[in-house]
Amino acid sequence: MFPELNNLLNVSPDKPEQGKFTLLCDAKTDGGFLVHHFLSFYLKANCKVCFVALLQSFSHYNIVGQKLGVNLIAARDRGQLVFFEGLKSTVEVLFGSKEQPNTLKFIRESSSDLKSLYEFVQKALTPSGDGSATSWKFPVLLVDDLSVLLSLGVEAVAVLDFIQYCRATVCCQLKGNVVALVHDSDQTEDEENAMLMNALGHQSSLILRAEGLVTGFCKDVHGQLKILRRGLLQPKNDEAEQWNTLLKVIEIPCARARI
Amino acid sequence: MAALTTGSFLRKVSVPGSGAAGGGGARLRSIAGTRPSVQNGQLLVSAGLPALDQLLGGGLAVGTLLLIEEDKYNIYSSLIFKYFLAEGIVCGHTLLVASAKEDPGDILQELPEPLHDDNYKKVLDEGRSHKSQEEPEISMKIAWRYQNLPQMEAGPGTSSRFGHYYDVSKRMSQEVIQSAKWHKFFLPEEITSYANVESCALNHGYTKLLHFIQRVISEQGFDGSNPQKKQKNILRIGIQSLGSPLWGDDICCADTPEHMHSLTRFLYVLRGLLRMSLSACIITVPSHLIQNKAVTSRIRNLSDTVVGLESFIGSEKEANSLYKDYHGLIHIHQIPRLNSLICDVSDTKDLAFKLQRKVFTIEWVQDNYLRQERNIYPPGFSYLLKQKDSAWGEGSLQHSTFLMSFLAKTTAFASRLVRHCEPLKQTGSGGIRQTAEPGMWHDGRRQRAPGLLGIAT
Repeated sequence: MFPELNNLLNVSPDKPEQGKFTLLCDAKTDGGFLVHHFLSFYLKANCKVCFVALLQSFSHYNIVGQKLGVNLIAARDRGQLVFFEGLKSTVEVLFGSKEQPNTLKFIRESSSDLKSLYEFVQKALTPSGDGSATSWKFPVLLVDDLSVLLSLGVEAVAVLDFIQYCRATVCCQLKGNVVALVHDSDQTEDEENAMLMNALGHQSSLILRAEGLVTGFCKDVHGQLKILRRGLLQPKNDEAEQWNTLLKVIEIPCARARI
Repeated sequence: MAALTTGSFLRKVSVPGSGAAGGGGARLRSIAGTRPSVQNGQLLVSAGLPALDQLLGGGLAVGTLLLIEEDKYNIYSSLIFKYFLAEGIVCGHTLLVASAKEDPGDILQELPEPLHDDNYKKVLDEGRSHKSQEEPEISMKIAWRYQNLPQMEAGPGTSSRFGHYYDVSKRMSQEVIQSAKWHKFFLPEEITSYANVESCALNHGYTKLLHFIQRVISEQGFDGSNPQKKQKNILRIGIQSLGSPLWGDDICCADTPEHMHSLTRFLYVLRGLLRMSLSACIITVPSHLIQNKAVTSRIRNLSDTVVGLESFIGSEKEANSLYKDYHGLIHIHQIPRLNSLICDVSDTKDLAFKLQRKVFTIEWVQDNYLRQERNIYPPGFSYLLKQKDSAWGEGSLQHSTFLMSFLAKTTAFASRLVRHCEPLKQTGSGGIRQTAEPGMWHDGRRQRAPGLLGIAT
């Protein structure tokens, strides 16, 4: 996790916020570093994390996580991290045996329904109730990323339903957090993606947008980060605070990034 | 360290196997034609063109997908496709060639011939003969002991090297092609029967191709499932003109195609197959035919490396004097960030290619079309740009900040000047302060450019 980003957001692993839906967008640049940040942040904050990774393999997140100071394999072994690898499940669905019930069976069928994925998330994050497991702080759902679901033929409405169900379960019932990444394609005419992003932005309490520079490519600065906070229950901050920060991500072997 | 520097998925694959396999598979002997990346230890293979390898950050990572957006007449993209396959044969990798248009056997007959040491020098000298006459013999005064050593040149060597050079005017010899191990998928031959294929909401042709690729991967052991085979090898997959109507897909034909998700689903499953095996894939897509831009952006998001080719044939850029030596532009749209937070993006963004009689070269076109139109920049600024190693060069922080503040305030201003090409009046009192300010320009609008040059009051 990046300490500078924590300072900008006024959070720390000791006292993270609860019951929030955070939306991550990226436009013209890669917002993956935000996903890595939140993954390491919540693992360090001792929360139970369900990570739905649709685009990259587990080893990719593991290696970056080691650079940011968390060990995903250890977290998975002790039950803190439930990792759903979309790519591996897809291959199993298409080329494996038919009898296995699988969460990604919407790829095989043409009717797009994310119910099975939601049930997976629900089973992963609801506390088992037998009291033997160590208690984690609160559950967190992390999705990387939702635009891939649109490419797979799921309708935007189905994705919105999925997020609504997850929010109802994780944010309201279990008092946890939901973080999702959506690619922003404002230059192209991807209307479904635009609709998805607008609807999710409306529901979220915090939006982090990573954008490339307006003037084009620059060696020293990778882009800018916009932080949009929407205060829901505090009457004094009812206007959205918007911060613009220029950022550059540096990778040093001792794993610190400068924003 | 050997296990760490090779592809990360190798460790993942060897772990669930038996104990003997885990011990033997974790220490990977180096595979011919690959090298670990300097930046993050990812295993790389060459794309066939050393210039392209450099632009892609050292090479193509094993387990990833290279998408080539075809140029209009599919001349140069098929050439890059053939370079990729030829590199596979020279390195001894296994090939899988899939096409709906040409028989893959015919594609293999047209591969360029690899060049060896002395031939390469001759070919290069032919191209640069006029330059070599101008350079005089420089004799070394201090380091005279090193005078007679051969010049260091990055030339081709034996097949254990990474990246080879090819002669496009000649064909690869038959013996070399026969000795290569390859699998072919020719769509008209495969789609004769419609039975026994489970429908997974994918195009029929794509489904068959996916099953074929998965069968080759698992039977030949590219996913680590055959632990007895000590000698690991790379599978190079090449799929030509994916998405064209010959594959049965209609995204190139209609604005709102019926099977809009067929190709994207195919790419997603292909990505899953690639990530779990020792393979590298190149696909060419005629994206200039795709009307729906949303599909193009989705295809790009699902690929790892995206390279677009734009040829000058028949376009108005052919007459542009800036491009008179070149045949087209090459755009690197996307480079993957694998196992790290950043990627090795090259600094040069304006790249052009040219196909000489024997060699395909990629060069940086000097970004001087902006400088020629001096009306955008105040005259003092273009002086700063012209200096060698200036801190104001394109891509520097000062340059971008200046542009942001300057152009944001005077965009209409600048465009008006460009259209009319009016010369600027110098006020004559000299000093960088005055010439750099747009406030001094003669139409009287007194707008200041704040920021680093705003020294004036």
